[in-house]
Amino acid sequence: MKRASIGAITVAILLCSLAFPVNAQDASEKEIERYRAMISDPFSNPGFLAVDRGEALWKLKRGAKNVSLEGCDLGLGVGKLDGAFAKMPRFFADANRVMDLEQRLLWCMQNIQDLDTKDVVARRFSGPGRLSDMEDLVAYIANKSSGMKIDVPLAHPKEQEMAAVGEALFYRRGGVMDFSCATCHADEGKRIRLQGLPDLSKPGKQPQETMATWPTYRVSQGALRTMQHRLWDCFRQQRWPVPEYGSDSITALTVFLQKQAMGGTIAVPSIKR
Amino acid sequence: MTTMSKLVALAIAAGVITTLPFAASAQTAAAAKRADPALVETYLKATFGKAPPEWQARIEPDETLRACNLHRNDVPSAEADKIIKRELAKVVFPADGKLIGDWKEGKKIANNGRGGQFSDDEKTVSGGNCYACHQMEKAELSYGTLGPSLTAYGKERKFDPAEVRNAFTKIYNSQAVLACSNMPRFGANKFLSEQQIMDLVAFLFDPESPVNK
Ligand code: HEC
Ligand code: HEC
Repeated sequence: MKRASIGAITVAILLCSLAFPVNAQDASEKEIERYRAMISDPFSNPGFLAVDRGEALWKLKRGAKNVSLEGCDLGLGVGKLDGAFAKMPRFFADANRVMDLEQRLLWCMQNIQDLDTKDVVARRFSGPGRLSDMEDLVAYIANKSSGMKIDVPLAHPKEQEMAAVGEALFYRRGGVMDFSCATCHADEGKRIRLQGLPDLSKPGKQPQETMATWPTYRVSQGALRTMQHRLWDCFRQQRWPVPEYGSDSITALTVFLQKQAMGGTIAVPSIKR
Repeated sequence: MTTMSKLVALAIAAGVITTLPFAASAQTAAAAKRADPALVETYLKATFGKAPPEWQARIEPDETLRACNLHRNDVPSAEADKIIKRELAKVVFPADGKLIGDWKEGKKIANNGRGGQFSDDEKTVSGGNCYACHQMEKAELSYGTLGPSLTAYGKERKFDPAEVRNAFTKIYNSQAVLACSNMPRFGANKFLSEQQIMDLVAFLFDPESPVNK
């Protein structure tokens, strides 16, 4: 813990002070790559602080039933964490619906712990001086799939439905700028201003590298972020309304993106701009 | 709590709607293709249903976007003709015929990417966000590549008044020129004002504009 925090601070400072001139875009990309490689070790990526906090939360007894989340089944059996994230979102028979990790955790909080999740949902995204249980739990659980391959089950009709709806949503234009996900993520090598955009429209390397690196510690935000936050932010840029946290369109898009990313090797929490 | 139970209810409702098509289309990989549009609407309702009505109206596709969505922008040529005709009818040219405004204002508008986001407030002035997608003046290196470079735009077109009119049309309503263009329909969607569009035309066509230097 101690060593991790010291490393974390050093790295955060290093990355923040990386002032890169715009005309050296390629050079700075390479620099970032170098730092990324350097800091993917657990002792210097601040995302691992979230992993530690998440472990404590996973084992914390709370809710009206005063039990921990260890009684939660993430798809591979009660309390089994290794590799569970690699196979999510997936269909859960007990809830009769497809859930991503965050929806599943909310379900377990409500049904296993009998916890009022209002506060947890209010803190879904962390801010200055305000930690997020969800970000920490996702960091901890996702990390237990690091090194494994993305392998979402697409056998159940509801899982197939999610993938198909997710694909439709990816191409659905709207909002004052007529944008869809595809406006920004359906061509290779494009960028918005100077930000490179992954092509998520075709299965393969780009979606694999993208999806296998979430959750991620975002240096620009000083926080660990989950896919729920990433898509919330993309909908903002898309000029769409605020998406409801843990709602089905987000999960459908995630299923579709995971389908595109099948076989990608998970390395999380990663660290990004 | 209430959210979750509502979502569960929606998920179950959605399930009822799709059980049939999916059972019928068997499990072949190719069969699990396009989702039923009504089902997609159910999902959208679950995710955006609590947004203010005017925000929900924004993601209701008009006739043109419905066609673009259906064909993923690759519309058949007969459909494309219909779109261009429909969108051209939406373009309102300035009453006095003057199309060129102030390039200095245009430069600011091209650089401003604000407006239309749920994080903006009512006082936010909308910008054109042109640099998100286009290279414009050479000195500006922070430009995106979703659209073609517009450097020396007016100069290359010899400041031809017909080209000025085309550019006004393009910015006012990109789809009046190219069906299902990825470029926003700034005037038609009431995102930019007539004056802002004239200022942008000036940024592209004024000989003094840095775009033409
Ligand atoms: C107007 C542009 C825009 C739209 C529309 C948009 N995005 Fe993004 N997206 C971005 C930008 C910019 C980034 C971040 C790149 C960065 O920070 O380096 C990004 C990042 C992402 C990432 C993470 C990429 C990574 O490398 O980690 C995912 C996944 C993603 N978007 C999915 C989506 C989906 C799904 C939608 C539709 C709901 C969408 N985006 C709509 C601009 C957009
Ligand atoms: C989301 C991306 C995007 C944004 C934002 C955008 N454009 Fe475009 N623009 C495009 C694309 C893609 C094309 C090429 C396809 C087409 O012609 O529709 C284009 C084409 C054009 C053309 C025609 C170029 C030619 O071939 O002669 C002009 C002029 C233009 N844009 C001006 C603007 C201006 C001015 C703004 C800002 C107010 C703007 N664009 C904002 C994507 C964008």
